[in-house]
Amino acid sequence: MAFLQLDNVDKTFFSKDTFTEAVKDISFSVQQGEFVSLIGPSGCGKTTLLSLISGLILPTSGTVKLDGKNIKKPTPETGYMLQQDYLFPWLTIEDNIFLGLKTMDKLTKETKENAIDLLNQMGLKNKLKDYPNQLSGGMRQRVALVRMLSTDPKLLLLDEPFSALDFQTKLKLEDLVYLTIKDHEKTAILVTHDIGEAIAMSDRVILLDHSPGKIHKVFTIPDELKYKQPFEVRNHPSYNNWFQEVWKELESLENSK
Amino acid sequence: MKTLNEKLHRDYVNKLAKTNRYIRLSQVSMLIFFFSFWEIATVNRWIDPLLFSSPSRVWNLFLTRMQDGSLFTHTSVTLFETILGFLLGTILGTMMAGILWWSPFLSRVLDPYIVILNSMPKVALGPILIVGLGPGFTSIVAMGALISVVITTMVVYSAFKNVDENYLKVIKSFGASKRQSFFSVIFPASYPTIISTLKVNVGLAWVGVIVGEFLVSKQGLGYMIVYGFQVFNFTLVMLSLIIIAILATIMYQLVEVLERKLIHKHQS
Repeated sequence: MAFLQLDNVDKTFFSKDTFTEAVKDISFSVQQGEFVSLIGPSGCGKTTLLSLISGLILPTSGTVKLDGKNIKKPTPETGYMLQQDYLFPWLTIEDNIFLGLKTMDKLTKETKENAIDLLNQMGLKNKLKDYPNQLSGGMRQRVALVRMLSTDPKLLLLDEPFSALDFQTKLKLEDLVYLTIKDHEKTAILVTHDIGEAIAMSDRVILLDHSPGKIHKVFTIPDELKYKQPFEVRNHPSYNNWFQEVWKELESLENSK
Repeated sequence: MKTLNEKLHRDYVNKLAKTNRYIRLSQVSMLIFFFSFWEIATVNRWIDPLLFSSPSRVWNLFLTRMQDGSLFTHTSVTLFETILGFLLGTILGTMMAGILWWSPFLSRVLDPYIVILNSMPKVALGPILIVGLGPGFTSIVAMGALISVVITTMVVYSAFKNVDENYLKVIKSFGASKRQSFFSVIFPASYPTIISTLKVNVGLAWVGVIVGEFLVSKQGLGYMIVYGFQVFNFTLVMLSLIIIAILATIMYQLVEVLERKLIHKHQS
């Protein structure tokens, strides 16, 4: 049985004057340990889909099942990483990475040490007592990664986590996040608008069509790219072909608007 | 190169210090000019000393009133009432804002009433307070609190509502309850607004308490003003005004110290 299973998921948003179908008839499954990317033109409901999987919002119809259980509200099994770090500026880095543990009432000596270990692995050893505004964008996003991982979720939802960073930092963080996820044997879903990033990081790329968002095409990344780090993938000879292929599909969607 | 930059930096610092000195100097000379003009004008009868008193008379009255201890009593009564009114207004207002945030239904129901209460001149409710709470201490404190509680509620509530949704998303993704969301996100994120309402409330609490004392009390600086006015002792009125000005400024400065303490590491 699949680790994450979406069946005929629809989500419609209602307002006083109108209603909008954000996503329609989405079905796919993700296996344990798999890395899946969602890409598509803007307004195709990528983020909505991620919110649905996280349980922050509920589908209008259809089911989202994690580990066989219907998702009704955010569970400790999923971790969420946003476009920007959204570290709490009034808390120290230490308190920021303990936030999840504290909220779940799981703050023990052991879990604390585990979180601090993670932070050290990210090369942020001496930043515990600093405040977020003393750190660079890349550092902050790494802290956000630690904050998400501290509660040991099984499924990671990444909502364009690198889009607010400069290119160099982004490439470095892609590698770091990729390795951390593989290291901890997590399942991950990445939302991105960067085709290269999707190819470089994932095992499968799901291309969504817009208004309403539905699955247009699924690309399975071959083994020769799958097991490589994102930076190496970007330099691999077959990377460009894949990029072109996804690019063309995406273009055809944009033009059909 | 290094020495040149050092020299330029020294010049820059000197220039800053010089400007600061001029500003201080101007401020102090304005004060001195004001009081000396006031004194000279009354001595030469340009203005009527019976109406406008004079610095030397105020100072002498200050000394006598200090010696018989009455000034201390009046001042401490007013100060106590003001601080209490200020704290009550701020705390109750913030709690009200919390309740409104908690229940969007209640906030929509109460919205028109809050608007009416806010536009209402609160001091006009003075007589009703006095009838309800008795002529004295309680009414005066209530007046000090009432005048700031509604505006605090409105301002803090809108700060609660304007907290970036994404901070809430972060904490909700950890499965936070509404209570946890409030105390871990909404409240700390609104510190800056709450502190700035403190600053406004300092001034408002003084207004409420002084008006309250005008209406009812037998003690306090507001009472001293009204009494001085009734017996045509304007030296007493001036003395009270100066004391109020000094105390209100000190309270405001204390809030600013608190602000720096709480906010300095808060900027994102």
